[in-house]
Formats: sequence, structure tokens, C-alpha cells
Amino acid sequence: MELAMPIFACVIVLFGLIRRVPVFDIFMVGAREGIRTLYNIAPTIIGLMFAVSLLKSSGAVDVICSAISPIAQRLGFPPEIVPMAMLRPVSGSGATALLLSVFEDCGTDSFAGRVASVLAGSSETTFYATAMYFGSVHIKNTRHTLPAALAADFTALVMSVVTVRLFFY
Amino acid sequence: MLNYIWSAIVLLSVVCSIFLGKGENLSAAIVDSGAQTVQLLLTLAGVITLWSGIMKIAEESGLTAIFAKIFSPLLRPLFPNLDKESDAFGSITMNITANLLGLGNTATPLGLKAMHELNELNGSSDTASDEMIVFVVMNTASLQLLPTMLGSLRQTYGSNAPFEILVPVWLSSACALSVALMIAVGLNKRKRRL
Repeated sequence: MELAMPIFACVIVLFGLIRRVPVFDIFMVGAREGIRTLYNIAPTIIGLMFAVSLLKSSGAVDVICSAISPIAQRLGFPPEIVPMAMLRPVSGSGATALLLSVFEDCGTDSFAGRVASVLAGSSETTFYATAMYFGSVHIKNTRHTLPAALAADFTALVMSVVTVRLFFY
Repeated sequence: MLNYIWSAIVLLSVVCSIFLGKGENLSAAIVDSGAQTVQLLLTLAGVITLWSGIMKIAEESGLTAIFAKIFSPLLRPLFPNLDKESDAFGSITMNITANLLGLGNTATPLGLKAMHELNELNGSSDTASDEMIVFVVMNTASLQLLPTMLGSLRQTYGSNAPFEILVPVWLSSACALSVALMIAVGLNKRKRRL
């Protein structure tokens, strides 16, 4: 599994060489796009990380967690990832910020860290994508799009706990 | 929506810190968080820039197009009323392929193009067509085969095995996507029968 990234990169570069495209020139074009993406998400991440660190240092997180954790624990759900699960459908960079705060507090290879990772990898920013795609063609009645998409987010949430338990414990 | 969430978090934190007597911690956090986040963004900058560059090679060399050809038959049954040769179906296939490969920058414009073409087939109505619903639902589920950013973040934060979560991610995504598609396609069919 740990070779996934290097092999993936290698195959792509090799394929580019076989097709005789100017591999490094194209790499730079793509890299420039990547920098622009980062430039666009940077203010969101800085703003949300600021909010998250306020929430943690003020003790508000402890208050919230102690309120939620009895229910969460009964469901076998790590209480630390509740904030992230709630923000996930709304903001992608916000969820990333909260994912990193779980990594910082619990460690990447802890139960909470693993569940948060799987959740981050298996869900998307539902409201943002829906608003963007339907907004672009002026659709007002989205019919059953949101129920179906939110059901997917909920499934991802349940399955992230189930699969982590299944694979690691 | 983020306007409210963000304001609520800031206000709640200040109120909490006053009641819990943690004003000093809060001041420290305000000063530190900016600097820490910039450090994090630098790590992200490396990952995002590198993979955007590599994935651009996949796109330009035609590797993405090959993948699209492979996935196209799998997508057919989801869009039964769409002509296989139509521009709309072509854009949908390319968008889904780009998502699978983690090409966020490429997927979005292709998706907007697909919506535009579906909109024309739908007679520019303000009600979503069956195809639009299935397509948007697929875009709200995570389809990425190799979550490079997630893996890199896990590595940065000291994971011993950044990609140990790969199979659980696939399983969880597959379940989420199946549920969403069952609901979307199921409700599309119900409407047609009425």
C-alpha cells in the first residue's frame, strides 16, 4: 500500500514519455494550477483554523465533547470527530482544518484519527457541489438530489466507523 | 452558511473562555494560530503543487482519455435516456474519470460543461432532470481512487502507515455512492411511473 503513490506517479510519467509529450513542461503547467488552487483556499483555511484553535483553547470543545460523548460512545463513535463530521458537507477546507486538529490531538493512527481519515476520504462537500452545479444552469427545483446526497454522507459516516473497526481492531 | 458557522464559533469561544477563565489561552491561540496555519499551508503547497503537476501529465498524455473509455460502459446504465454519442454523456464520463483520478481542477470545468449540455437537453427548465440528479449526486460522493492529499497529510502528521486507510476508504466510498445512486435512480423511476 505504501508504494501506491510512487507507483502511481511512475506510471503516469512513463506513459507521458511513451506518448512523447514534454513531461516536465506539462508538469510545470499543472503545478502552477496547483499553486493557484492553494492560493484560493488559503484564506478559508487560515480563517477556519483560527476559529478551530479558538474553540479548542477556550475550552468550548471540552464542553461540547462532554455533552456529546455519552451518546457518541454508546454508538461506538469517537466524539473527537463529531465537529468534523458536522462540517464535512458544508465546507471542504473547513473539514480539512478539523481533520488536522484531530490528527494533532489524537494522532493519525489512533481510532479517532483513522475514522476521521476514512471519513475525509469517502465523503465530499455536498452543499457546495450541489449549489455550484445547479446554480450554474439556474435550476431551482433540485428534487431529490439533496436527500440522496446527504444519505451518502451519512452512509460514509457510519461506514468509516464500521470499516476502521473491521480492519484495525 | 459559513458566515453563520464561523461567527458562532468565534462568539461561542470568547463566551466560553470568559466563563471558564481561559482568557489567556485564548489570547495565545489568536497569536499562534495564524503562524501555525501558514506552516501547514506550506506543507500543503508542496503536496498540491506536485500532484497537480503529475496529474497534468496524465491528462495531456491521453491517459485520462483511456480511463474514460474504460469507465464509459459502467456509466451507461446510470443514464439510460442519454445518447451514448452525445456531448453531455462525453462530458459526464470525463468528469467522473477526472474525479476518480483526483483531478479536482479538471473535474469541475468538465462538470459545469456537462450540466450546461444536460440543461439544453432539459429545455432550460428550472427543474432538475433525472440525469442531472444522478450526475450531481455522483459529484457529491467521493470517487477518488488514490487520495494523495489525505495520504500526504497523514504522513506529515507522523503516521506510520499513511495509506493503511486505503481499503476502508474504498469500501466506505463504494457504500456511500451505492446508497446515493439507489435513492437517486429509485426516485427517478418512481416519478416516471406516476
